[in-house]
Amino acid sequence: MDSTNRIVVVTGIGATTPLGGDSASTWEGMLAGRSGVKLLDDERFADLPVKIAARAAVDPSEVLPRPLARKLDRSAQFALIAAREAWADAGYTAPAGEDEKIEPARLGAVIASGIGGVTTLLDQYDVLKEKGSRRVSPHTVPMLMPNGPSANVGLEVNAQAGVHAMVSACASGAEAIGYAVEMIRNGRADVVIAGGTEAAIHPLPVAAFANMMAMSKNNEEPEKASRPYDKGRDGFVLGEGAGVVVLESAEFAARRGARVYCEVLGQGLSADSHHIAQPEPGGRGIAAAMRHLLETTDLKPDQVAHLNAHATSTPLGDIAEIKALRQVLGDDLDHVAVSATKSMTGHLLGGAGGIETVATVLALYHRLAPPTINVDELDEEVDADIVRGEPRPLPQGTIAAINNSFGFGGHNVVLAFRTV
Amino acid sequence: MAATQEEIVSGLAEIVNEIAGIPVEDVELDKSFTDDLDVDSLSMVEVVVAAEERFDVKIPDDDVKNLKTVGDAAEYIAKNQVAK
Repeated sequence: MDSTNRIVVVTGIGATTPLGGDSASTWEGMLAGRSGVKLLDDERFADLPVKIAARAAVDPSEVLPRPLARKLDRSAQFALIAAREAWADAGYTAPAGEDEKIEPARLGAVIASGIGGVTTLLDQYDVLKEKGSRRVSPHTVPMLMPNGPSANVGLEVNAQAGVHAMVSACASGAEAIGYAVEMIRNGRADVVIAGGTEAAIHPLPVAAFANMMAMSKNNEEPEKASRPYDKGRDGFVLGEGAGVVVLESAEFAARRGARVYCEVLGQGLSADSHHIAQPEPGGRGIAAAMRHLLETTDLKPDQVAHLNAHATSTPLGDIAEIKALRQVLGDDLDHVAVSATKSMTGHLLGGAGGIETVATVLALYHRLAPPTINVDELDEEVDADIVRGEPRPLPQGTIAAINNSFGFGGHNVVLAFRTV
Repeated sequence: MAATQEEIVSGLAEIVNEIAGIPVEDVELDKSFTDDLDVDSLSMVEVVVAAEERFDVKIPDDDVKNLKTVGDAAEYIAKNQVAK
């Protein structure tokens, strides 16, 4: 078996998002241009400057049995739900070993979260203050640790080749998928279940993000609040959920006769080293990540037909990304259908790279780019072909798509996929 | 009035049901928490804390390791509960 530079393919997808409880309903919601953003009617948000968020469409309590759910942070609950869907979608019927198609020692798991079990931490601190130390849950540490979702998914599928959790804020989910690709490429695993999850809709993170001036305060029209590329954009809207994919070496997938959605070409990585939270306004770091992608994969710019942008709806970030795309792709950017699905899902932080990878994979598979909603007046600085309002068919033949994710701290992760 | 043996066992059954999802009728005196009832060491702490509240009893950490079965726990609670 050739154990290096192996081709990696996507064989399974799963998601639970503000648009739906699985990948099919999420995709349907995207194509319909639906917004998952709503007013937070919980009184804990009443005094906050931001009272909107994109809650998961299906609460995990409706899906997971209570004895299991009470031991998992909400972020791990989302991860587990998305992972179960992806695992079954890839054609596996039981954990590795029990399902003889895959040995535990050849299976990995890489599920990331930007913040980890922040709601568990805060809720248990409330328990400590109000009810005393004896009542603090013994599950608190495994619930709040940021590797918790990855560990729980690893346990679910019996992954023994390695279980990892990348942490790079809003780039975490994409970095997890990139790392999973490397695990397969360098021969550590044949199959890796990978993605991102986040559950941070709690008054403290919301207040903190709001005080950074990073969030939209459009409480009057929640469905219009997330508006990447629109002149009136005023920040991101916090979302929650998870997106997970099953990646396999092409050889392994072919041998077991798996359905293949697309190929994963690899990742481009860089760091801004500019500011802890502000994007570098010229897109220098993003451009470096794009160039790294082009140097380390056989992606040809003229093949790129679609791009799922990071585009969170912040005034500075959306433009920096577009500038970088133009710098690196040049005229080839003109034939790229650019979609900002955060206009519908909100920003899932560490979950974003996961669900946007699912969206990118489905866009290639169905040859249909999802729309960007709420672009009423396109910012004239947006020098790219934005898919607005309606989904747009993508060309036939071999085409590629890029999924961008950038995180506080200056982390830039660019993933590329291609039809098979 | 202190809880009767029967009340203690049915109370423990409800607690184990809540925490581990085991049907109440399966929580019997000779059942082991870890081997039969899907209560791992972390969940056992939850069972203990819930039992302390429900039966007004203190179960120090050093004693928890001796409570292997539902019967062990019921007996411990019956002996140590504060009579109301």
